[in-house]
Amino acid sequence: MNVPQNLRYNKSHEWVLLEGDIATVGISDHAQEELTDVVFVELPPIGKTVDLGDPTAVVESVKAASDIYAPVSGEVVEVNDAVEADPSLVNSDPYGKGWIFKLKVKNAAQVEQLLDAAGYEALIG
Amino acid sequence: MTSPEGDPQAGGVSDSSTIQSTPLESLHVRLGARMVPFAGWNMPVQYSSIMDEHAAVRSAVGIFDISHMGQFIVSGPGALPWLNRMFANNAAKLAPAQGQYSFLLNEAGGVIDDLIVYRTGEDSFFIVVNASMIDEDYFWMAKHQPEDVEFSNESALWAGMAVQGPESAAAFAKACPGQELPPRNGIVRFPVDGGEAVVCRTGYTGEDGFEFFCPAAQGEAWFEKFIAAGAKPCGLGARDSLRLEMCYPLNGSDLSPERTPIEAGLGFFVDLEKGDFIGREVLAKQKAEGPAQRLVALEYTDKGAPPRAHYPVLDASGQVISELCSGVLSPSLGKGIGMAYVPAALAKPGTDLLVDVRGRHFPAKVVKKPFYKPAAQKA
Repeated sequence: MNVPQNLRYNKSHEWVLLEGDIATVGISDHAQEELTDVVFVELPPIGKTVDLGDPTAVVESVKAASDIYAPVSGEVVEVNDAVEADPSLVNSDPYGKGWIFKLKVKNAAQVEQLLDAAGYEALIG
Repeated sequence: MTSPEGDPQAGGVSDSSTIQSTPLESLHVRLGARMVPFAGWNMPVQYSSIMDEHAAVRSAVGIFDISHMGQFIVSGPGALPWLNRMFANNAAKLAPAQGQYSFLLNEAGGVIDDLIVYRTGEDSFFIVVNASMIDEDYFWMAKHQPEDVEFSNESALWAGMAVQGPESAAAFAKACPGQELPPRNGIVRFPVDGGEAVVCRTGYTGEDGFEFFCPAAQGEAWFEKFIAAGAKPCGLGARDSLRLEMCYPLNGSDLSPERTPIEAGLGFFVDLEKGDFIGREVLAKQKAEGPAQRLVALEYTDKGAPPRAHYPVLDASGQVISELCSGVLSPSLGKGIGMAYVPAALAKPGTDLLVDVRGRHFPAKVVKKPFYKPAAQKA
């Protein structure tokens, strides 16, 4: 199971890469494996403000729609049109080309409160 | 991310202690299947990927566990007239070794179950019913059983598997050397270890294929034999997307006791001229006057969030007129497809409608059924 060391994770299987005050968000390898074929991604509108824990995007498999929650509070500044065009990127490259949205974070300390790689590995067992 | 919630059409039971196991359950687990409750049974929803399994059936051959379905045996001098009173289609049209799709209706003409009746002899019949309705079908029919008919529920005795796809006949030839498949809708029986195999040239996918029933204890061995003959294990996820591409109804979703076969567009399988049957009066009236609502096939006109059962359906002006009874992103078409009962005035192919997914409206059109036409025609 791929759990990159340089990322933070929350318990609902989103990952975060913080660069300055921009947080890139996607779902983990564990999550995409659970979902199997991702057939649709619903991206949030640019400019939407979200609080930690708010449902922000939706990832759909054949059988179910799953909410993607904001792992930190912030404003949506960019979304990944590539996964709208090709949802399978979430499966094939969940930490790279399969990123979903970027937030301008209000409070970078929130990222520190997320699980590190070891913590997430322990969670998924 | 939310853990993917149960599919609304999975039909899970609230009390897990009542979930039953088919004779193939441990094999599915060994094969790596993801198991879910369906109609009170622990069933594989997928082994690898629903998209791959769907594609395997359309291009090669797949195998599904259908052991949860029910089998009734009817025989006796009164068998044919009785079945013609209980079911909507005309079993008198069947020569021995032929089968037909039919309905068990209530007095309002509503569907208790859809099923297939096979004539196995002059006065004997083999009937396959839905897993979710075995007990209800049995009790309803037993309530109406006359003296000169023998009627038994053999569901627990049989394992069943559906082998479907353009290469299904080749898989049969490998697994059952020396045996011949019956023609389309036909039934054959031959001796196997432990008893008899019953093979029906029918299916729920639109592809060529057959349903194979054997003694429950032999189920695993036969499932593995068909896999060795080339069939790819496929689960309920692919079974649903395959049947929906064909507009085959799912009882409990597209059919119900409140809906008649006429409303569902399945009048072809109702014989109003054969004589009286339960529900005939309502159906005759609907056929004469036209039903107020019709089950239509809806296809997205462009990419969009997958349609699913219970999503609202709106007319072109944005007024909610119905909800989907079934919906999926069609693997073969790459577009959203679904079925819904709509007012007759909006049932014409070409009618513009909208599907509401989480507040967003995706345009769709009523289209002629089926959504998908398999390339190869069945024998």
